[in-house]
Amino acid sequence: MLEVELCDIKMKNPTMLAAGVLGSTAASLNWAARSGAGAVVTKSFGLHPNKGYVNPTTVEVTGGIINAIGLSNPGVDTFYGELEKIEKTTPTIASIYGASAEEFSQIAAKVENLVDIIELNVSCPHAQKGCGASIGADPKLTGEIVKAVKNAVEIPVIAKLTPNVTDIVEIALSAEKAGCNGLTLINSLGPGIKIDLDTANPILSNKFGGLSGPAIKPVALRCVFDVYDAVEIPVVGVGGISDYRDAIEFIFAGARCVQIGTSITYKGLDIFKEITDGMKKFMYNRGYESIDEMVGIAHK
Amino acid sequence: MHAPKVVEIKRIIEETDTIKTFIFNWDGEPAKPGQFMMLWNFHDEKPMSISLIDPIKEEIGISIKNIGPFTEAIHSLQVGDKLGLRGPYGRGFEITGSKILAVGGGVGMAPISAFVNEARDRGVDVDVISAATTKNELLFMDELRAADVKTYACTDDGSFGFCGFATEFMEEIIKEKDYDMVVTCGPEIMMKGVFEIVDKLKIPAQFSMERYMKCGIGICGQCCVDDTGWRICAEGPVFWTDEVRLITEFGKYKRDASGIKHDI
Ligand SMILES: Cc1cc2nc3c(=O)[nH]c(=O)nc-3n(C[C@H](O)[C@H](O)[C@H](O)COP(=O)(O)OP(=O)(O)OC[C@H]3O[C@@H](n4cnc5c(N)ncnc54)[C@H](O)[C@@H]3O)c2cc1C
Ligand SMILES: Cc1cc2nc3c(=O)[nH]c(=O)nc-3n(C[C@H](O)[C@H](O)[C@H](O)COP(=O)(O)O)c2cc1C
Ligand code: FES
Repeated sequence: MLEVELCDIKMKNPTMLAAGVLGSTAASLNWAARSGAGAVVTKSFGLHPNKGYVNPTTVEVTGGIINAIGLSNPGVDTFYGELEKIEKTTPTIASIYGASAEEFSQIAAKVENLVDIIELNVSCPHAQKGCGASIGADPKLTGEIVKAVKNAVEIPVIAKLTPNVTDIVEIALSAEKAGCNGLTLINSLGPGIKIDLDTANPILSNKFGGLSGPAIKPVALRCVFDVYDAVEIPVVGVGGISDYRDAIEFIFAGARCVQIGTSITYKGLDIFKEITDGMKKFMYNRGYESIDEMVGIAHK
Repeated sequence: MHAPKVVEIKRIIEETDTIKTFIFNWDGEPAKPGQFMMLWNFHDEKPMSISLIDPIKEEIGISIKNIGPFTEAIHSLQVGDKLGLRGPYGRGFEITGSKILAVGGGVGMAPISAFVNEARDRGVDVDVISAATTKNELLFMDELRAADVKTYACTDDGSFGFCGFATEFMEEIIKEKDYDMVVTCGPEIMMKGVFEIVDKLKIPAQFSMERYMKCGIGICGQCCVDDTGWRICAEGPVFWTDEVRLITEFGKYKRDASGIKHDI
């Protein structure tokens, strides 16, 4: 009932672990898979080891959290060892970041034999200079990177976009035109800031961080809705999903699959079973027989 | 809300040459022995076990060993200075059984001290092995003795109590007494030794682990261990023997801020 295909990759259900949430090791990715996720996305990794920002790197705000972990990762060569240990029971998506088309392609080519899809992180709102959202805010640069990675690998490539742009549809179209096989919408919003009242100190060491969690759901949903209308390629929805109702809302808006991040803080990895059970019950009660029937039906 | 709450240092106790206990008023969520707080000095934020829990005076204490830039900066603070605290986090120790052995090594005595106080309040009989490299580093000896807790000291150099490792001494006394349960916190090498002893004798035991932490709330994945993927900050830091058995990196390696492995 919940089976879907994303870029010809079969998934047992449309839920995925979002990039950067517990995905730093094979063990935690395997655990998410065993907990019922239909696919898992790794923490974004780059060419070289990166410690990320000094703590505090996360803080809770009304409706979610802001984080500036700063893309900490051990670099592609070490991460390769983790990818090798992934149990291939569930599709694995490698999230990668870099500062140039050349870097992105190099990383993607190194790991394509071990994963099912490459997700390009051109959308992190607190990445080092030249990485993340500074790429994804530029339709031309986004297209160049998609094209380069597509030329470098055989497996499907999806781009994860930032909502912090004037027109997300323009970026989405540019990625599609460059040959992108799918789009993930959205990365964390902002950046935002939280200030301590007693000391007047911004709490995050980086001062700013990306907002995620229930507070960003309406924005994420609107991005999915807008982009679904404009492109032919599949859309993966992410942002503030915390129960099956949220997941169905994204599917109605046009998402084929949904990713779950921040809500794991509150519900743990059992959230995948909770959401998929809820979706099945909803579909059973409403007479839907497949996810495909529901994708995009909010567009009347 | 997982945001730091700014508190003043109420008292500072110089425990040993390298360890100080900082006491704060805490009217936030009540803490359990074995849980930890994220401590913020407005520059950096690090996990610290709770060593003192006083629900009546609404106080908590954190005992910090000066080993690097962050802990050194905390050690230079005075009564009245401010720090941020968020928590309590993680799964603490369970108090089960009527005769318990607690084994603490170095600053690992911090959560053990909170545990022993609560167990005693509940009328549970607890014996303690407090281990350190040398006499001046033994933690909480006076408090434990004043509270009539049977306390054995072990020093690596023999300057006080048993000369040798906590595990060597533990092997001796564990045969004489019928302990229902063991709790331990300290260097992982020491806990590995404790694991082997309790596993052989089939005594239930709980171990408090440490791994590099960023968020402390189970989202960043920094503290996940092989092969289970469990988060030390959420599923831990305290684990039972059968859980530790599944943590294949226990006693072998841990990851740093970028995720690169280092031998223990
Ligand atoms: C659950 C838990 C409870 C702890 N309880 C106590 C305690 O009660 N008392 C105490 O003195 N120390 C405790 N620690 C250890 C303490 O967090 C580190 O010793 C401290 O952060 C060292 O920082 P530094 O800058 O002084 O030293 P550094 O020289 O920067 O680091 C020394 C070592 O400390 C560890 N460390 C550094 N940063 C972190 C981090 N963000 N998360 C985890 N480990 C880190 C690393 O192993 C590092 O090699 C605890 C750690 C954890 C995970
Ligand atoms: C702690 C944390 C780390 C993240 N790291 C990454 C990352 O490495 N790469 C990436 O593309 N997105 C990253 N994200 C963004 C999420 O994948 C997701 O797009 C965003 O959090 C919105 O979804 P949510 O509200 O379900 O969390 C991170 C989010 C959080 C909270
Ligand atoms: S410190 Fe972030 S998951 Fe444990």
